[in-house]
Amino acid sequence: MARSTIFGVIVMSGETQNGAAICAVEVQRHYRMGEELVRAVDGVSLEVRRAEFVALLGSSGSGKSTLLNLIAGLDRPTGGAIVVRGRDLAQMTSEELAGYRRHTVGMVFQAFNLVPSMTLLENVELPLRLAEAPRDARENKVRAALERVGLGARSKHRPSEMSGGEQQRAALARALVNEPGILLADEPTGNLDSRTGDEILRLIREINQQGTTVVMVTHERPLAERYAHRIVVLGDGKVISDGTDAKSEVRE
Amino acid sequence: MKGHDLIELASRNLRESLLRNALTTLGIAVGVASLVAMLSLGVGLQDLASRRLARSGLFDSVIVYSRREAREFSRTERRATSPESSEGRALDEAAREEMARLPNVVEVNPDVRFPTEVRVEDRSFFTMVAGLPDSARSSDAFDEMQGRFFASRDADEAILQIEFAKDINAQPATLIGKDVVLRYAERQPLAATATPSAGGDGAGSAGPLGFNVVRKEKTLRIVGIIETQPFGGISNFGRGRLFLPLELAEALNTVQVANVRDLMRATPTLKSYTALTVRMTSPAQVPAAQEAIKKMGFSAFSLLDATRNLRRFFAVLDVFLGIFGSLALAVASLGIVNTLVMAILERRREIGILKALGASDGDVKKLFFAEAGSMGLVGGVLGVALGWGIGRLINFGTNVYLRQQELPPENIWSVPWWLVAGALAFSVFVSLVSGLYPASRAAKLDPVQALRYE
Repeated sequence: MARSTIFGVIVMSGETQNGAAICAVEVQRHYRMGEELVRAVDGVSLEVRRAEFVALLGSSGSGKSTLLNLIAGLDRPTGGAIVVRGRDLAQMTSEELAGYRRHTVGMVFQAFNLVPSMTLLENVELPLRLAEAPRDARENKVRAALERVGLGARSKHRPSEMSGGEQQRAALARALVNEPGILLADEPTGNLDSRTGDEILRLIREINQQGTTVVMVTHERPLAERYAHRIVVLGDGKVISDGTDAKSEVRE
Repeated sequence: MKGHDLIELASRNLRESLLRNALTTLGIAVGVASLVAMLSLGVGLQDLASRRLARSGLFDSVIVYSRREAREFSRTERRATSPESSEGRALDEAAREEMARLPNVVEVNPDVRFPTEVRVEDRSFFTMVAGLPDSARSSDAFDEMQGRFFASRDADEAILQIEFAKDINAQPATLIGKDVVLRYAERQPLAATATPSAGGDGAGSAGPLGFNVVRKEKTLRIVGIIETQPFGGISNFGRGRLFLPLELAEALNTVQVANVRDLMRATPTLKSYTALTVRMTSPAQVPAAQEAIKKMGFSAFSLLDATRNLRRFFAVLDVFLGIFGSLALAVASLGIVNTLVMAILERRREIGILKALGASDGDVKKLFFAEAGSMGLVGGVLGVALGWGIGRLINFGTNVYLRQQELPPENIWSVPWWLVAGALAFSVFVSLVSGLYPASRAAKLDPVQALRYE
C-alpha cells in the first residue's frame, strides 16, 4: 500500500472510505493507427462499489469494451490508474496481471468463447487448472459451478451440442468457478434472442445479489435499465453521464 | 500451471489435430531413424574393427628388449651415455616377474625361436621354430585353421604354417596327425667345477661361465595348419614356420642367439631372453605399461600410434554419418515449426481464452513447448525403433552378400544404450528448439486482439 502515486493515494482513501471494488482514475488508453492517434479511453474516472451492478452503456467505438478489457487486466492503460484490491493494475508485471485474472476477476464474452474441443466439464475446469487448484477438489467445484447455472446434467457435452443460452451459462460457470469477487461481462446477451438474454441477465443479477461485483458492457439501454444498479454512459472514450443512483432499486 | 495439467492439455491439443501432428511426429521419427541407423552402422563398424584388432594381438602388446638388443634395431639412437645405461639391464627371469607384476598385465611371454632340422615323412627341412603362448588360441590367425590348437600348454604337438606344409606335401591336410622329429641344440650348463670355456676375463666371472651344446631330438604330432602367422613381435623377421606350445619350447632349453652373445660379454648372464611380449588387458593400458617398462631400464615398443589413427578415422566417420543422419532430423524440425505456427493461427482464439482465464505468457509458452517436446519424444521413440529395424535390415543384407561371397557373417551394426538415450534426448532437444519461435509467438499474442469478436 506504499505506492506513492497521486492516483494511488486518492484511490486508497476512496477504497477505505467507500469500500470500492474497482477504482479507475483518469484512465487513458491511446494507440496509434497509422498516423492517427486513437483515444479509445480518454480520461475516465470511475468507482465501482463492492457488490454493485454497473452497466457501461455506449454506441460502438465509445470505448466501453476497451475500458472493460483494462479493468479485466487484458490490456494496459497508457495513462492513469485502475486500482483493484489496493493494487494498481498499470503497475503490475504481466505475471501479476495473469494472477489477477485468475483469482480476482471472471469474464464472459458476447461470443461465449468456450473451447470447442472441450466438454463443458473441461471448459469449466480450465481456470482451476490455471490456478493450480488441488485436483481432488476440482470436480466438486466444477459440478457446483455448473449446478449454479442450471447445467449440472450436461457436463459431458461439447459447446457445439448446446444452444447459445446454454453456452453463455457455461461461460458464466467458468467465470465463477474460481470464486472471483468481480464479474466482467462484455455484451453477454449480444448473441442471444431477447428471451434467452433475459434469462442470462437474471442469472447475472442473482450472482450479483450473492455478493459479486458486476460490470457489464452493453449497448441495449432497456436491459441496462432493467438489471443494473447504475448506468455509466460512455462516448468517444469519455464518461458522458454517470447515473449513480439511477436504478438501484429496480426490480422486475 | 502444474506439470501434469500442462501435459494433459498438450496431449489433448495434439489429439485434436491428429493427422497433422501424427505426420509431423512421423517426420521426426524418420529423422531420428536415419540418425540412429547411420550412427549404429558407424559404431558397429568401429566395434568390428577394434574387435579384430584386439584379437590380432597387435595393439594390446608391448614388446620388450634389453637395451643391448635394442641398440641393434635403432643405431641412429646411439647416444654417448654411461656404460651402465648403454648396457642396460639383462632381460632375465627377475625382469620378467617384475613386468608381470605391473598393473593390467595379462601375461608376459618370452620370445622363443630357434633353428632346427625337422624330419617329416622321411625328408629333412631346415627351418625356424617358434613357441606360441596358450593365449594365442583366441588370435584370429586360428579362426580358419585346419585341425586344432594345442591340447595343452606343454603338449608334444606342432602346428605348421601353410607354406611350410606345402613344401613338405602338396596336400597339406594329409599331414595332420603325422609325427615330426625336431633336431635341435640343447644348452646344458657346465658343472660348477668346470673351467670356463668362453669369455671370463675374470672381472665378473663368479659362477660357471658357458654351457655345453648337445644335439637332441623331440618327436611332435602335427595337429593343425594355419594360413596366416600369429603376431609375435615387431622384429618378426625369420618368423617360425613350425609352432609348438611356448612352455614346451622353453623346457627344451635350446640355444638361442642371445645366449651366445651373452657369453661373450663382460658380465655374462646365463639365462636371459631375447625379447618378452607383455600383453595388456586393453590397448588403453599400453602407454602406461610402456613407460613403466622403459623406466625399468628396457626398450619397449608398441603399435599404439596406429590405433590412435584408426580411432581418429572412426571419430571422423561417426561425425560424418551423424551429420548426414541429422539432416533428415533438421528437415523434420522445420515440420515442427510449421505445425506449431499453423496451430497458433488456428488456436488464436483459444490462446486468447486461456489468457483471459488467467494464463500467463509463460503458461502459454510452456504449453507450446510441451506440445513440441511430446512430438519430439514420441517421434524419438518411434525413430529409435525404426532406426533399429533399418540397421538390422542393412546388417541382414550385408550378411546375405557376405554369404554369397563365401565370407563369414559379420555384425556390422550396433545400437549401444548411449545411442538410444542420445537419440531420444537429441530428438526432444531439437523439437524444443523448433518450438522456441512458435512458443514465444503464441505467448506474445495480444488477448484483446485474439478475442475480438468477428
